[in-house]
Amino acid sequence: MASILEKLGNLDRRIIFVLIALSVIIPVTLKLIFPNPVGAEPSRDMYEYVDALPEGCDVLLSFDYGPSTMPELHPMAIALATHLMRKDINVVCMALWPEGASLAQEVMTSVGDSLGKVQYEDWCNLGYKTGGGIMIVRLGSSMNAVFPTDRDNLPWDEIPMLEYISDLTSFDLIITLSAGDPGVPAWVMMAGDRFGVPVGGGCTAVSAPQYYTYLQTGQMVGLLGGLKGAADYETLVGIENGQAIEGMAPQSIAHLVIMSFIIIGNLAYFSQKRKGGRG
Amino acid sequence: MNWEILGIWLGAMLTLCLYSFLYRDNPFYKFAEHLFVGMSAGYWVIYSIENVLKPNWWQQMFPEDGGFNWIWIIPGIFALFMLARIIPKIAGLSRMALGMIIGAGAGVNMVGFFQTNAMAQVKGTIISVSSGGAWDIISNIILVVGVITGLVYFFFSKAHTGIVGKTANVGITILMVAFGASFGYTIMARISLLIGRCQFLIFDWIPTIPRLLGIGG
Repeated sequence: MASILEKLGNLDRRIIFVLIALSVIIPVTLKLIFPNPVGAEPSRDMYEYVDALPEGCDVLLSFDYGPSTMPELHPMAIALATHLMRKDINVVCMALWPEGASLAQEVMTSVGDSLGKVQYEDWCNLGYKTGGGIMIVRLGSSMNAVFPTDRDNLPWDEIPMLEYISDLTSFDLIITLSAGDPGVPAWVMMAGDRFGVPVGGGCTAVSAPQYYTYLQTGQMVGLLGGLKGAADYETLVGIENGQAIEGMAPQSIAHLVIMSFIIIGNLAYFSQKRKGGRG
Repeated sequence: MNWEILGIWLGAMLTLCLYSFLYRDNPFYKFAEHLFVGMSAGYWVIYSIENVLKPNWWQQMFPEDGGFNWIWIIPGIFALFMLARIIPKIAGLSRMALGMIIGAGAGVNMVGFFQTNAMAQVKGTIISVSSGGAWDIISNIILVVGVITGLVYFFFSKAHTGIVGKTANVGITILMVAFGASFGYTIMARISLLIGRCQFLIFDWIPTIPRLLGIGG
């Protein structure tokens, strides 16, 4: 038994890589779907807050991510846009990350077309603006000054749905899909705490533990953390076989493989230590 | 030429080149890595010119309706000062531009950062441990005990012996739980990226192989 543990403890790391790859490839290929129960989690808080918004109100959706974090944040964007548009809420998009503007256009066009929503009447994309937190402060006094035109250079005054938008306080909710900085902290700090606009959003799993503190203090209305958060929102919105829901089976199996190796590694370590080895 | 298929193949080949590093360092990985660095640098230069410099500086200085706003020369000069770092004799000029950036950043962020990440968090910890349901009470007690013992661990003016040492041990245990949660989330993030790449390879790239070989649709 001890010798087996020792061998496992000295296992070539490439074998572990192959096993993790297989634990992802097989369920993805077979399109395995695991049940995804949503409890009283920050994702549900986010869903319920959006669901309680009245028809015709205005929401700012900020795409603060790039292609490198698409697997986690893009499904969130699609699920949130679907929910907002189904409720006939006006969605104004913008981006603190340069590539976010193009991703916003892609999401809003595909979701908007599928739900019969019209650009400039039901949604618009203001595009990217540099500056992060400092720019958000400026948005608090005038949106028009920061975005004189939208992403396609259409002047602000010619976009009908922006007629009653003056600054950040014109919005009933700000949602940020954040891959890092600038993202959730900048919106919470500048828009939430400074201008009193409710802030919610989604983030990569790496950042989630750091941002959960904003939930307990009421600085955020809800938070979607990583692929699980995206799968939760897809489940709550009723998107069947969404990209995130499909990702939960390989995610769970890969986690089981990693947990197994953590246990095996520890057993091997203690076995070697007991025998007087370096461990 | 079908540009979509070419794009998919480029993406797939570069993905495989990068993952080949998991076996060992090799020329394919190096090629993809260098290509990525070069492409990123080129992309960012063009993107910054088109999306930052042009709309935020050039078009402000020379508006579409004509005229010339001379005041915008000043930020232009400060921007040039930043480049002075590459000439040792005048490198000191860059400090003026950096000082302005740091000053503005600190001025805007200092109060806000303290309010959001310190005061609000402290306020969030000052809670009643006896209100709400049973689960709320347990949760609040864990929160208060966790914060106090965690802070004691970082109190280095007194030796961690006796009651202080025992409290600090509880604090380090709570910290370990927090690090464990962070580690778990990090694994979830990395596996999510792997899932994204696998979905791309399996559902976007592999179906193009028979098409390329002239088999099937």
